[in-house]
Amino acid sequence: MQEVFASLGTGFGVALAPFNIMLVLIGCFAGTLIGALPGIGPINGVAILLPIAYGLGLPPESALILLAGIYYGAEYGGRISSILLNVPGDAGAVMTTLDGNPMAKRGEAGRALSLSAIASFVGGTFAVILMSMFGPALARFAVTFSPSDYVALMVFAFASLASLVGKNPWKTLMGALIGLMLATMGIDGNTGVPRFTFGVPDLLAGIDFLIVVIGLFGMAELFHLVEQQVTGKLQTLPVDSSFVRMADLARTKWTILRASIIGFFIGILPGTGASVASAVAYGAEKRAAGADTSEFGKGDVRGLAAPEAANNAAASGAMVPMLTLGIPGSGTTAILLGALMLFNVQPGPLLFTQHPEIAWGLIASMYVGNVALLIINLPLVGLFARMLTIPQHYLTPLIAILAFIGVYSIVGNPFDLFLIILLGMFGWLLRKMEFPLAPVILGFVLGGLFEDNLRRALSISAGDWGILVESWKSLALYGLAVLAVVLPATLSYLNKRRARDRAPT
Amino acid sequence: MKIAALKYCVAGLLLASSAALADVTAPECIAPAKPGGGFDLTCRVAQTGLAAQFDKPIQVTFMPGGIGAVAFSQFNTTRTDDPNAIVAFSSGSLLNIATGKFGEFTENDVRFLATVGADFGAVVVRADSNFETLDDLMAVFKENPAEVVVGAGGSVGSQDWMKGALLLKSVESSPRDMRYVSFEGGGEALAALLGGSIDMVTADVGEVITHLEAGNIRVLAVLSPERLDAPFDQIPTAIEQGYDVEWTIMRGFYMGNNVPDADYQTWADAFAKAYETEEFRKIREEKGLLPLNLSGAELDTKVKQRIGELRQIARDAGLIK
Repeated sequence: MQEVFASLGTGFGVALAPFNIMLVLIGCFAGTLIGALPGIGPINGVAILLPIAYGLGLPPESALILLAGIYYGAEYGGRISSILLNVPGDAGAVMTTLDGNPMAKRGEAGRALSLSAIASFVGGTFAVILMSMFGPALARFAVTFSPSDYVALMVFAFASLASLVGKNPWKTLMGALIGLMLATMGIDGNTGVPRFTFGVPDLLAGIDFLIVVIGLFGMAELFHLVEQQVTGKLQTLPVDSSFVRMADLARTKWTILRASIIGFFIGILPGTGASVASAVAYGAEKRAAGADTSEFGKGDVRGLAAPEAANNAAASGAMVPMLTLGIPGSGTTAILLGALMLFNVQPGPLLFTQHPEIAWGLIASMYVGNVALLIINLPLVGLFARMLTIPQHYLTPLIAILAFIGVYSIVGNPFDLFLIILLGMFGWLLRKMEFPLAPVILGFVLGGLFEDNLRRALSISAGDWGILVESWKSLALYGLAVLAVVLPATLSYLNKRRARDRAPT
Repeated sequence: MKIAALKYCVAGLLLASSAALADVTAPECIAPAKPGGGFDLTCRVAQTGLAAQFDKPIQVTFMPGGIGAVAFSQFNTTRTDDPNAIVAFSSGSLLNIATGKFGEFTENDVRFLATVGADFGAVVVRADSNFETLDDLMAVFKENPAEVVVGAGGSVGSQDWMKGALLLKSVESSPRDMRYVSFEGGGEALAALLGGSIDMVTADVGEVITHLEAGNIRVLAVLSPERLDAPFDQIPTAIEQGYDVEWTIMRGFYMGNNVPDADYQTWADAFAKAYETEEFRKIREEKGLLPLNLSGAELDTKVKQRIGELRQIARDAGLIK
């Protein structure tokens, strides 16, 4: 432990150099904006700015500090358009729309933005602390997760998300199936056979997650707005100067802590990232709330705090295997890994001994960055919230333009622009029929991971299903899954009985 | 004064360009993928390495879609004679052409132009694996191939799978008996190897170097035709250990089929000249590629022959009929 503090001291020496502080601030600010724009998320922000950072001729630790600032800044920023516009700013912010947007609709955008900023701060900082203390050990543990353990993890995720079942369980189930169907399109990762591509070469690589999110959520939301405007049903939102209250923080403190832990651990697993982490955290939180879930999905502060704490914790968690083992835990960290190699720095176990100034400088800069993001974000809450006072007939086309530019700047294929319109109409139709959209997204993400890992596990065991229950990690996760289903039911039963006992007869 | 100097410069440039090149006025390198991947890298090598060969900088543009199929079909339909544009390819693209993933068009519908470098396959196990040498591994592959769980970043039928299939074939086992697990990229496969889920990874030399230095893994063989330079000079090739398996991952460019010969030659010469420069060597090394210099007709012939071989392997393995 002594050693960690000494190294961290070295790190802060690097991170607190005035030039690097400036880079952290620039990175965090740019990242917040990038995250807030619908369509452009951390992965694209970092990919686009990497050549610029390299071209500036910065020393490696400074360039990495800048890029990392953009990375977690974007995770912060993603919540802004989720809350204000019901359009997720990036993949990890999908769950944030569920309770964040209803809050904004009821005139509490400021409260939602400030609470989620604090949740993000706690999640991010918590993850960095865990990373500095136990990073290498955790990374070594994370790689022992075998495909069969991932299957168990996905079962746990589905079990905790069963709580998303809304008014109509059948519609939820069908939504998840639609998501799963979308995920199967493209060349099958296992056998190389194209599935459901209908001979269209553009579909060979499958549908990008970003396209699904922007289409089903963003475009559908726009169509919905236009429809409301045309039919004159559009309500003007109340002008908003609300802010997070102490009572909110008191109510969500355990939520944020739980979600931070969940987010961090899912983040360090290679292959799962912020989107899975926020979904599981949301589901777990709704489960943990027991009988008291009536407000979830309608603007519950817990439903907002959980995914935000989790996706920021996951963003930092994903850095752990990247730095300590040279194995990226997410798409964005894969690009950061590429950035390190560009500067001739080899990530991996030797990074901490060969280039402590880079490894620890980066970690220390994450402490600084989280504080900076909180300081940048809280005063801007009022400004962001005022975006809602922009008249709808300006706002709608503006979002549409941003979404189109965002998508095109990243995928650069006009086919995908048609695809988001198509998915948008589909999403709008689903909404008309009162299908919840979150299960579609979750079916897409979790279903894809579930299928891949199940088939990997079965390839390893040559078809023996026993492999699924071989390791203690799998068994523990199945145990948690059962708990996630049984516990809330039991709790609510006990609560009811207690209430009945107490009631005078 | 300054303005006058600038004028001379511009005039000089114009003269030079009209003299040197017929039609290559706005060189463009198309990476048929999103930014950040291997095709992007291939174009960057050309952009920096050929900077001295053209008056104008080479523009890098991205044309993602269908693992390169979108670009391939565009250069077979609307841009068959574009003299300015070169499109990045890798051995993976060649395999896709061979197995018919790119639809109706084949290798004879484009002209292969030049390479920028290569990477080679590597047979990788954990540092504490029971397989001490390639012979240990191959003995099991011969007797009971299903005992070894092979993993890699590609799907069945991908380059990574091919490397495993060739290893099995070299000891007369059927590739169909291989227990192959595909992961999302080489990083995840190496994680699964380190975590003990799989026994062996058919990786690329370029992606294992960090782990080699850290002492986590053992490379039983490199799948190059000859021994590589340091830091890989201690690792024997599969061929010198008596197994006829070679896997070169070639990175380079193709052009449309109807590009005028003169323009094709301009590009090919530009590459041939660039190979000799220090800038090219430097950028190639920076991007983690090993030397492989082939341009013009020589490459075109070689690539087309290679695709023929790949098609045969794929047919033998039952991937195509």
